[in-house]
Amino acid sequence: MDQFFQQILNWLTVGSVYALIALGYTMVYGIMKLINFAHGEVFMIGAYTTFVGMVYLKLPFLASLLLAMVFAGLLGFVIERVAYKPLRKSSRISALITAIGMSLLLQNIVIKIFGADVLTLPEVSVFPSLTFGNVVINGNQLLIFVVTIILLVILQYIVYHTQIGRAMRAASIDYEAASLMGINVDFVVSFTFVLGSILAAGAGSLVAAYYNSLSPAMGVSRGLKAFIAAVFGGIGILPGAVIGGFLIGGIETLVSLIGLSLWREAAVYFVLIIILLVKPSGILGKKGGTKV
Amino acid sequence: MTKRDLKSGAIWIACTLAIYAVFQLLISMRILQVSQQIAWITIGINIILAVSLNLILGVAGQFSLGHAGFMSIGAYSVAITLQFVDGYLGFVLGILVGLCISAIVSLIVAIPTLRLKGDYLAIATLGISEIIRIIITNLTITNGAIGITGIPRHVNFTTVYIFVVFSVYILTSITRSRFGRVWKGIQEDEIASSSMGVPLTRYKVSAFLIGACFASISGALYASYFRAIQPGLFDFNKSVDILVIVVLGGMGSYTGSVIAAIVIGLINLVFQGFAQERVIIYSILLIAMMILRPKGLLGSYELSFKRLFGRKDSYGNTKG
Repeated sequence: MDQFFQQILNWLTVGSVYALIALGYTMVYGIMKLINFAHGEVFMIGAYTTFVGMVYLKLPFLASLLLAMVFAGLLGFVIERVAYKPLRKSSRISALITAIGMSLLLQNIVIKIFGADVLTLPEVSVFPSLTFGNVVINGNQLLIFVVTIILLVILQYIVYHTQIGRAMRAASIDYEAASLMGINVDFVVSFTFVLGSILAAGAGSLVAAYYNSLSPAMGVSRGLKAFIAAVFGGIGILPGAVIGGFLIGGIETLVSLIGLSLWREAAVYFVLIIILLVKPSGILGKKGGTKV
Repeated sequence: MTKRDLKSGAIWIACTLAIYAVFQLLISMRILQVSQQIAWITIGINIILAVSLNLILGVAGQFSLGHAGFMSIGAYSVAITLQFVDGYLGFVLGILVGLCISAIVSLIVAIPTLRLKGDYLAIATLGISEIIRIIITNLTITNGAIGITGIPRHVNFTTVYIFVVFSVYILTSITRSRFGRVWKGIQEDEIASSSMGVPLTRYKVSAFLIGACFASISGALYASYFRAIQPGLFDFNKSVDILVIVVLGGMGSYTGSVIAAIVIGLINLVFQGFAQERVIIYSILLIAMMILRPKGLLGSYELSFKRLFGRKDSYGNTKG
């Protein structure tokens, strides 16, 4: 039974991280119909900024976390302006290739600066470990839950209770109609990128703190799985991304639990293909026809 | 078959033979060192990969990010078959096994996903190639993450050259046929094609299947020439390498793919010691190319001797 609760804690930890990254994917895809392959790299750079903050600038973890989110927000803005904005009118294949190029570029710049090896983040102890009977909630797990919940609440507030949030929702329903209604869609897209990047960087920071390690390749597979999470929940739908994130986390935990941890990623991709077969619009998605 | 068809055909054959003769001469005179021969073999294999991805991406307009997965199927099929059957028979049998598996796998991925928009196909193909890699890493017959070494070499420069010419010839012929024109129509406008009665999924799946089979052949050549394979060789980065070649050369242009494969191969030969810098330059090139010249260097231009001879009519079309 204790083992069971411990696994649930693991599941929630992994799921929170996927949910945070998936939100960025789903927001950008919802508005621009672009799979932002560089999103996983923003996650990774979040982890590296935290490393720089803690090791070189000698900041405490929470300050480094904020630093990472601010830096990633700026980075998201620059990426969108430099790489994606000129392609607003091009084909989707061009945009996707650009995103792959951007992802490779960021990853290799980080390798060039910090090397390809795994780095170690100093011990993070914001919260103490809690013990309930035989179940131990690791302090960093608690940190992940608290930060995730705070970020989700802030995001919820921005998207559903502010002017810009309303503009984002409008742009994701119909980009062109939104611009005809006087919404500055360029600003909305930039804002969405910044918001998504901040969430991803937060997740990167938390993962680095949880595992005490970071590497240039850490964003690739997590980013892809987070995208799958977004597809899972119904791409473009924010609650869907959170549900998808926890589902993917659950699948991974379950597959590891039955002793097949080497097949963990294969299981996620396999489930993706099943989802595409059965309900391509995702769990919360509606079926939409093609407009001519 | 008009006179001009014959003439341009003859010139193509003459060119292929001449290029082959030059290479053989350089090899026999030992001007082309072993390391340079290896570079040219790699270029040849990359040409097959690039033209086959070009069929999927440039001609049929479907985005596949899992080309390396099909290459690994071909490579492992040959490596494993050669453990049971010796000699050239084993090599040929291995290629056939690889083709069968690739065809089946590509059908399994393509039929559900090609009904969807292109982006989903990209992720699904990426997923399938990762699944293939994880399966190969976890099986015992493939020797896990260590891979297979000591594969008998049944491939030399001549074999690769023949396969390159054969692949380019087959793929350009299919693209020029009625079948290929339907693909181009689908790429231009899916909705229009489907309202003209084109069975979209069937055509898209066939492009994907043919591309996957040629990728598998290139993997077979790779395994038998380099004699050692491991799952890590066929990861996402390999798929991206091929994508870079196709995009730089021009999506839809086989001539572009061939030229880009050669140019990038030669650049790699020069910058052997600078892996990171190379990738940084590639990624900047990729982004710049998409922004400044999204069609790639050659766009959809194809080298054609027929056109060079033909007089143009007032619409700029070559007279038949």
